Amino acid sequence: MNILVIIEHKNGVMHRMSKEAIAGAQKIGGNVTALVIGENSDSITDELSSFQIEKTLLVTNEKVTSYNVDGYKEIILQIVKVVNPEFIITGHTYQARDFMPRLSASLDIPFIPDLVSVENSSFTKQIMNSKLNASISSSSGPVLISFQSASFSEENISKGSSPLEKFEVSLDASNIRSTADEPFQESASEVDLESAELIVSVGRGIEKEENKSIAFDLAEVLGAEVSASRPVVDAGWLPSSRQVGSSGSTVSPKLYFSLGVSGAIQHVVGMKGSKNILAINKDPDAPIFEIADYAVVGDLLDIIPKLIEKLKDL
Amino acid sequence: MIINQKYMKIAVLVKQVIGSESALEISSDQKWIDESNATFVMNPPDNYAIEEAMQIKEKLGDGEVVIVSMGPQRVQKVIREGLSKGADRGIHIETQESKNIDPLEVAKNICHSIEQENFDLILSGLQSDDTGMGQTGVLIGELLNMSTATLAIETDIDQETIKVKRELESGWFQWVTLDSPSSVSIQSGINQPRYPSLKGIMGAKKKEIKVIAASIEDSKQNLDKIFVPQKSKETEVIDTDVDASVDRIVDILRSEIKAF
Ligand SMILES: Cc1cc2nc3c(=O)[nH]c(=O)nc-3n(C[C@H](O)[C@H](O)[C@H](O)COP(=O)(O)OP(=O)(O)OC[C@H]3O[C@@H](n4cnc5c(N)ncnc54)[C@H](O)[C@@H]3O)c2cc1C
Ligand SMILES: Nc1ncnc2c1ncn2[C@@H]1O[C@H](COP(=O)(O)O)[C@@H](O)[C@H]1O
Repeated sequence: MNILVIIEHKNGVMHRMSKEAIAGAQKIGGNVTALVIGENSDSITDELSSFQIEKTLLVTNEKVTSYNVDGYKEIILQIVKVVNPEFIITGHTYQARDFMPRLSASLDIPFIPDLVSVENSSFTKQIMNSKLNASISSSSGPVLISFQSASFSEENISKGSSPLEKFEVSLDASNIRSTADEPFQESASEVDLESAELIVSVGRGIEKEENKSIAFDLAEVLGAEVSASRPVVDAGWLPSSRQVGSSGSTVSPKLYFSLGVSGAIQHVVGMKGSKNILAINKDPDAPIFEIADYAVVGDLLDIIPKLIEKLKDL
Repeated sequence: MIINQKYMKIAVLVKQVIGSESALEISSDQKWIDESNATFVMNPPDNYAIEEAMQIKEKLGDGEVVIVSMGPQRVQKVIREGLSKGADRGIHIETQESKNIDPLEVAKNICHSIEQENFDLILSGLQSDDTGMGQTGVLIGELLNMSTATLAIETDIDQETIKVKRELESGWFQWVTLDSPSSVSIQSGINQPRYPSLKGIMGAKKKEIKVIAASIEDSKQNLDKIFVPQKSKETEVIDTDVDASVDRIVDILRSEIKAF
């Protein structure tokens, strides 16, 4: 069985989730081919050559020097013809979200995304914002799949040695219908969540903007920073510099005290490294409790004001 | 015929999903949620897509915004919601059953129903809150031979060009310029969605919703079973009255975590 893993890289560094994808592909078992597209990739192909895989294919083309959805699609279609993979695998990164569906529609094969495990061609993914899991199977031959962050560990990659092959593609410029500017970061933020020791984090469970004072009061007595889930930022209640999660900061404080956060995976990836997770949620089945050390079931609007009083009296 | 350069015809794809406040009971066949006690809402990211479409039309001065949704009869509620926010008309691709459908099959049905419309722009939500497939808008873009972009957090559209600011991971962004026509998926937070006005709600009743029957041919991915995930971490559950909870939290903060 042939497996194609598409590698993502930036500034000469392989994406952590591409390594996890290799580990996952090795676990599925078969002839794993890694595909690297683009310039400035020597260190990536070097690293891949130390993995126990069939080979690495390197494609460089002047029309696709950096990521471009149309260029990637065209290149991968040509590779697929040669490799004939049963599985086309990536990490479930933002880049994969961008090009994998294009391949799915073009090849007329399913894209089963964001998997937490694969067992005998049964794929498990989270649904309902991480509250439930679903087993999905495919009725067609080849499938496109992507792995959720940390579903596999790069530490489990089997080492070995594997060859590098350059692969020539010819691209028709008229198929490339979008051009991308250089990636950039928004101006530096006023808060430094990443080095905070203690974090009080608020989710949509605070219910309205006025209630954020509860979080700030609690943070003040504890000497903590305040962070937020995405909906709180989207609503304009707190600035985006306070957002924790896949599109915000990744934090690992001594204490992550979450108030009314449900625990969707895109939030959890940003905080699951915290040493202690104390979560308050009124829903006993909230997914945040899966990863919490302490799960307080209750209404934060009742608990926190009393807690603040008590802490002030100590 | 005078061609108005500023005219833009925009489709917004809208999915109806089970609201996050609903109790999630697994159905007896274990293949989906028991919907009898569920409340349904518009998929949250799709609200942002509607708002963005309205703002683009308002900025260009002219155009048409069409709300497109596939699903059973009940999804007409979210189409109406879009119409009450100012969209011009709706297309309902009606399925007989309420169950989940393979995204590629959804995309093919939507394509089939909107192909003749020749939209300049299709906006979709980044992903649905129920199944989280995150692909339908892009699948449609590919099937209709459009340019595509995902995770749009800002748009800059004038007569000639469609520019989209894409969100990348960990606080990075990137502007992409797209050839028209284009299918773009919208990230939440791109705008502040408006609420329907009373006038909008009244006006929506008169707007057209065209109903087209869905035809599901084959399904390439099937949801076989739904289950509650197993816990992997040892957790102390504190489920008691407020005062006892507060006392235990103080104790944890002081003696176990040593937060102060
Ligand atoms: C590509 C992508 C990127 C994303 N990036 C991020 C990201 O970086 N960060 C992020 O956070 N999210 C991100 N999201 C969104 C994520 O999927 C979730 O939608 C989000 O994290 C949910 O936020 P929440 O828990 O605050 O809100 P909800 O899911 O609405 O949860 C609110 C919780 O509060 C509880 N609650 C309500 N009232 C009370 C009360 N009075 N007392 C106690 N508990 C109460 C409820 O039981 C519920 O569990 C992203 C999504 C996508 C698709
Ligand atoms: N049945 C549907 N009808 C209309 N739009 C849909 C449907 N399913 C998905 N979409 C659109 O595609 C987006 C992504 O959905 P998904 O690929 O299911 O995660 C949604 O936010 C909607 O904009």
